[in-house]
Amino acid sequence: MATALQIENLAKEYRLGSIGHGALYMDLKSWWCRLRGKEDPNTPLYTGVRGNGGARTFWALKGVSLSAEQGKVLGIIGRNGAGKSTLLKIISRITAPTIGEVKIKGRVASLLEVGTGFHPELTGAENVFLNGAILGMTKAEVKSKFDEIVDFSGVGRFIGTPVKRYSSGMYVRLAFAVGAHLEPEILLVDEVLAVGDAGFQKKCLGKMDEVSREGRTVLFVSHNLDAVSTLCDRVIWLDEGQIFLDGPAQEVAPAYLDAMLKQGTADRAPARLQGKMFYFKKILPVDAQGEFLPQVKSGGPLTLKLDYVCRPEVKSENIWMTVVFGNNRVSQAFSCPFEFAAADKAGLREEGSFTLTLPFLPLVPGVYEVRCAVFINGLKVDRFPTLLRVEENVNLQESDASQVPHHKPLGQDNLFLVDYRWSLDQDRQG
Amino acid sequence: MKPIPMENIEGQEGEAWTTIIRPQHPWYQFELGELWKYRDLIQLFVRRDMIAQYKQTILGPLWFILQPLFTTLVFTVIFGKIAKIPTDGLPQFLFYLAGTICWGYFAECLNQTSQTFLANAGIFGKVYFPRLTVPISKVISYIFKFIIQFAMFVVFLVYYYWQGAPVHPNLGVLALPLIVIQMAFLGIGCGLIVSSLTTKYRDLVLVVGFGVQLWMFATPVVYPLSQIPEKYRIFFALNPMTSVVEGFRTAFLGSGSLSAPYYLLGVLITLVICFVGIVLFNRIEKTFVDTI
Repeated sequence: MATALQIENLAKEYRLGSIGHGALYMDLKSWWCRLRGKEDPNTPLYTGVRGNGGARTFWALKGVSLSAEQGKVLGIIGRNGAGKSTLLKIISRITAPTIGEVKIKGRVASLLEVGTGFHPELTGAENVFLNGAILGMTKAEVKSKFDEIVDFSGVGRFIGTPVKRYSSGMYVRLAFAVGAHLEPEILLVDEVLAVGDAGFQKKCLGKMDEVSREGRTVLFVSHNLDAVSTLCDRVIWLDEGQIFLDGPAQEVAPAYLDAMLKQGTADRAPARLQGKMFYFKKILPVDAQGEFLPQVKSGGPLTLKLDYVCRPEVKSENIWMTVVFGNNRVSQAFSCPFEFAAADKAGLREEGSFTLTLPFLPLVPGVYEVRCAVFINGLKVDRFPTLLRVEENVNLQESDASQVPHHKPLGQDNLFLVDYRWSLDQDRQG
Repeated sequence: MKPIPMENIEGQEGEAWTTIIRPQHPWYQFELGELWKYRDLIQLFVRRDMIAQYKQTILGPLWFILQPLFTTLVFTVIFGKIAKIPTDGLPQFLFYLAGTICWGYFAECLNQTSQTFLANAGIFGKVYFPRLTVPISKVISYIFKFIIQFAMFVVFLVYYYWQGAPVHPNLGVLALPLIVIQMAFLGIGCGLIVSSLTTKYRDLVLVVGFGVQLWMFATPVVYPLSQIPEKYRIFFALNPMTSVVEGFRTAFLGSGSLSAPYYLLGVLITLVICFVGIVLFNRIEKTFVDTI
C-alpha cells in the first residue's frame, strides 16, 4: 500500500522565555553588558538559570519517525505537552522543524482552521472563494464545487450578503462547508483545539470517517480515547516528544488509559511551565491519609489534592480555579469552581496544595476526565487534565439517607447540585 | 467496514512526494513555483483589499483622488506660496502633484507590507500558504489606486499644457511602467525588511510611521533636485526614490537634473533592497509563529 506521509527523525526546539527582549535597546544593552563581562540586566527572573549560557530551550519533539499509509486513520494520543499539536503544526507547515524531514503526498488540510481569513465586509460568496484559495484551492476548483458548498452550508439566499450580517451559526456553517469540500489527501484533526460545541465536534468526526472511506489519510489528535478507539486503525502514543507506543488502537488505547490512571504520582515536567504565574504540579485523588488512590467509589467521597506552584505577586491578582468532571458523552457533567478570597490569597505560599472534597461523588462507574484550570484576571493561565476511574460501590444501596446531599446551587454550569468544598492546606510546609 | 483503498494511482511507489518539509531552505530558494500556484489567492486578496477599504464610506473610491489633491494643495500653499521654493519654472501645482502621487504609492507599499507578520499573525498561525502572497497582493492593490491618481494627474497636465504652461511631456513617458515597477520593488523590499525585523523588535512599528515622513523630506518631493549643489547630489542619488521622482518629472514635465549613472545607481540599490527583503522574509516566515 502507498505511503501518504513519511516523517523522519523530526525534532522541534522551542526557546523558552524571551527570544531577544522584543525591544532593540534591551538587546543592545544585554549585548553591551556581556561584552564587558557583566551580568545581563535583562535576564528574566524565575528562570532558575542565571548568568551566561542561559539559553533555555525545550524540545517539543525529540526525533519522531513514522509513516502513515494512504486511506488509514492514524490516532495520536499523549498527555498535555507531549508534542501532539507541534507535530500537526509542522505537518501543516505552520512552523518549520528544527531537525528532520516530512514528506507528503498530496494536499494537507486541517479542520481547525475553519473560517480562517473570512472578511466581514465581503459577501458569503466572496468569502467562499477567498477562504478556498487560502486553503489551497484554485478559483476553478471552488467554482466547480460552489453550488455544493452553498447547499451544504444551508446559507441559501444569504450568500450575497456580507458575512458580518450573518448569525454566528451561519458563519460557522459556511466556513465549515468550504473546509469540508477541500478534499485533501491528508486531513489533520486536532480535537484538543477544536471549539467546544459538541454538535460541531460530532460533525468533524463524521467528516473524518467519510474522508477515510474515500481513501484519504487522516491524522487525529485527541484526548477522547473512545473516539480514538472507534475511529482509528492505528494509534501512536507520544510522550515527552517521542513515540512511546505505536500499534493497533485496541492495544495502545487501553495501555494509555492504564498509564494515565497510574501516572498521577509523577510530577509534571516543569521545563515549559517556568515563568507561569500559577501552575498545577500534580493532581491526585487521595484517601483520608493523603495517599494516592487509584480509583474511587461511585457515590462515595472524593478528595482531590491539587499541588501548585505560584509566584508571590499572584496574590495581588484576581484568581479563580475550577475542576470540571466529564467524559466523552457529556464533556462537562459538573464543575467545582472556586474564587479566592483575600484571606485565601494571604495564605498562598509559592508551593503548596489545595484540597477539593466531595462528600458524595455523583458519578456512575466509568472513566472520567477531570480538567483543572486556573484563571488569573479572567485569563486561563494553566490547565491540567487528568483521568479518574470511578468503580462500583456495593455499599451505596445500604448507605445512610443523610449521605445523599442536600445542596446549595453552586456554579451555573451544573445541571444538578453538587456538594463540594475547597480548602488550602495551611499546615503543609512548601 | 472500510472498503479497500484505491490502488496507487501514481504508478511509481514511494517517489511521488509533492511536498518535503525541511528545517531551513537555502537562502537562495524562493519557492516561486509555489507562489505561482497560489496566484488565484493573490488575485482574491487584491479584491478583498479593494472592497474592504472603501466599503461603507460615503465617497468611496473618490478618496483615491481627494487624498493627493488636498496634500498637493497644502504643499502648494506652504512650500510654494509661503516658503517660495522654486519648482524649476514649472506650475507649482503640477510639480507637487507629481511628487505626491509617486511618494504616496511608495509610502503606502512600505507601510502596508511592513505590517505583514504582525497584522496576519492569526491567520499565519492557522494555515499555510506562501506568505509572500500577502505583501505582493498589497502592492498590486495599490497600483490601482496609483492608476486613478495618475489619471487625475494627466487631466491636470493636459489642462496646463493647453493653457500654455511650460510643461514638456516627452518620450520618457514610455518608461512609466518601469518607474512604477521600481517603486513597487522598493516599497515591497523595504516593507519586507521591516516586517521581518518587527517580529523581533516591535520598536520598528513606531519608527516606520515617522521614518517614512522624514524620508519624504530627504527626497526631492517638495523641492527640485536642481536646488541641491552638484557635489551633494551623490547622497541624493543613493536614495532610490530620488530617481523615481526625478524620473517621473523628467518624463511628464520635462524638468529633471539627475544624470544617467545616478539613475542606474538608484535602480541597482532598489534591486539590492528588494533581494535582501525577500531573503530575510523567507528566513523569518518559517518559524515566526514560534516567536510572535
